Amino acid sequence: MSVPAIALAGLRKSFGPVEAVAGIDLEIADGEFFSMLGPSGSGKTTVLRMIAGFERPTAGTVALSGRDVTELAPYERDVNTVFQDYALFPHLSVLENVEYGLKVRKVPRKERRARAEEALESVRLPGFGGRKPSAMSGGQRQRVALARALVNRPKVLLLDEPLGALDLKLREQMQVELKQIQRDVGITFVFVTHDQDEALTMSDRVAVFDAGRIAQVGTPEEVYEHPATPFVAGFVGTSNLLSGSAAHQILGREGTFSVRPEKIALAEEGAPGTVAEVIYAGPVTRYLVDLDAGARMVVMEQNRRTGKSHRGERVRLTWQAEHVIEIGANHAS
Amino acid sequence: MTRWVLRSVMALGLFFIYAPLLLVLVNSFNGDRTFGWPPHDFTTQWWSAAWHNGGARDALWTSVKAGLGATAIALVLGTMVAFAVQRFQFFGRDTVSLLIVLPIALPGIVTGIALDSAWRSVIAPLGLGKGLFSVIVGHATFCVVTVYNNVLARLRRSGVSFEEASADLGASPAQTFRYITFPMIRSALLAGGLLAFALSFDEIIVTTFTAGPGIQTLPIWIFNNLFRPNQAPVVNVVAAVLIVLSVLPVWLAQRVAGPEAGASRT
Repeated sequence: MSVPAIALAGLRKSFGPVEAVAGIDLEIADGEFFSMLGPSGSGKTTVLRMIAGFERPTAGTVALSGRDVTELAPYERDVNTVFQDYALFPHLSVLENVEYGLKVRKVPRKERRARAEEALESVRLPGFGGRKPSAMSGGQRQRVALARALVNRPKVLLLDEPLGALDLKLREQMQVELKQIQRDVGITFVFVTHDQDEALTMSDRVAVFDAGRIAQVGTPEEVYEHPATPFVAGFVGTSNLLSGSAAHQILGREGTFSVRPEKIALAEEGAPGTVAEVIYAGPVTRYLVDLDAGARMVVMEQNRRTGKSHRGERVRLTWQAEHVIEIGANHAS
Repeated sequence: MTRWVLRSVMALGLFFIYAPLLLVLVNSFNGDRTFGWPPHDFTTQWWSAAWHNGGARDALWTSVKAGLGATAIALVLGTMVAFAVQRFQFFGRDTVSLLIVLPIALPGIVTGIALDSAWRSVIAPLGLGKGLFSVIVGHATFCVVTVYNNVLARLRRSGVSFEEASADLGASPAQTFRYITFPMIRSALLAGGLLAFALSFDEIIVTTFTAGPGIQTLPIWIFNNLFRPNQAPVVNVVAAVLIVLSVLPVWLAQRVAGPEAGASRT
């Protein structure tokens, strides 16, 4: 196996009494699109900042391509970052922003101009070099930030919630573009986000963060279909947890189980319950169903049939046995 | 009705501030030696007299030197303190901030007496008597505030993310300061420096206590010559020059700090 682009070992970070990162071991392969997914305060951004070199770990090591960089300053590391607020230099033009990394590394003016123009073209902003960042839209600034980082041809690109400030349409468009750019340049992307859709759509692998630890690492499909802990099941998608007596009555088993809303159907047979709420959402309708066995289930149904179930209606829920996933406890390591 | 009252009050206020200043300007061209009112003749005689007045010219030059010296010290110290207070956590940080701002509120006479006795009892025995340098130090005590306040406000607004971005792109700390930090605080430095110069230029109380023998700044020269009948017309001219020289930096400082400040964040 080749040397991983990033290797984190026993990584910890405390801010005063608060332990933001509580022991992370992780390897990210060369050329991988890797997402760190978690709610705010789960430690994902702190891990990213330790990879970039802005935070010094309390314990543990950061290695890039097999080289220990834990003690190195940000400017001595071969990584570049796209910041959440882009941090474009307001007093420099777009072109000057993009060529900044080359300028401080003493690349001759002619070459860096050419490379900066090329980078602007690769993010579909040719001819925008003369503008000031303040004269550009949010989506354009985002691309400038991307070009400014990519022009240095780093081994690793770190992205800190780069799409957070964009509206939904633009965000979906940028998700596709980012993925294409990553495939084109072939460098490792580490993408921090709290948006599960974003993480699932774009990534080769996802790490789900929970309270400073990694709850699960896997492909989007693994994380979604086989969540390792109740936290992962709840954070990645909507999950219906069955445990205790409800699990015993309905499934005839002990433990905690999850069934995804889209795997459940309203049917003639199955677990009986009452519709508590009907939520129409365009292509789908979501039903909240209170099971007689004592659990609330979310059911997602595509709007193919005419005539919906209504509030208070008695229904039965059914699903296939293979879609019942047994999950462990939180913080199982 | 209230609008009308407010407007008149404002007009009255502005009148009391600026009419006397205007009077000084008009009188500097008044042909009558006793400033009879309304003026009968127009003359530029006093202006040429002032130009050839050696005492006034020396005093002007001394004031410029004192102002530049105090501004230079204020720029260096004010910037350094602003960075320390904004970028680092340390014990007594708020106290330091208060101590820096305090001299602008302290009565000049207190600062003056304190500096005078300190100079006499501590510095003069070391061999450095009072002179222009003591004036510069005295002025610097309150000039630091203007630079400190301007730079601090700019640093607060711009945060550290630009510096992190610069380091992330491979710039050493020296390169980051040269290409990013300094250009971003440049207009704040200019505004603070201009205000500092203006403060120093018209200072009279602290100067009185800190000036060595033979050191006379322009305001002091005016004060000393104000009640000499022969010099009165020339004093008017010098005062007119002083008004212009004081207004200019303040006006520039406002222009520099205004629009740039608004655009300092993307």
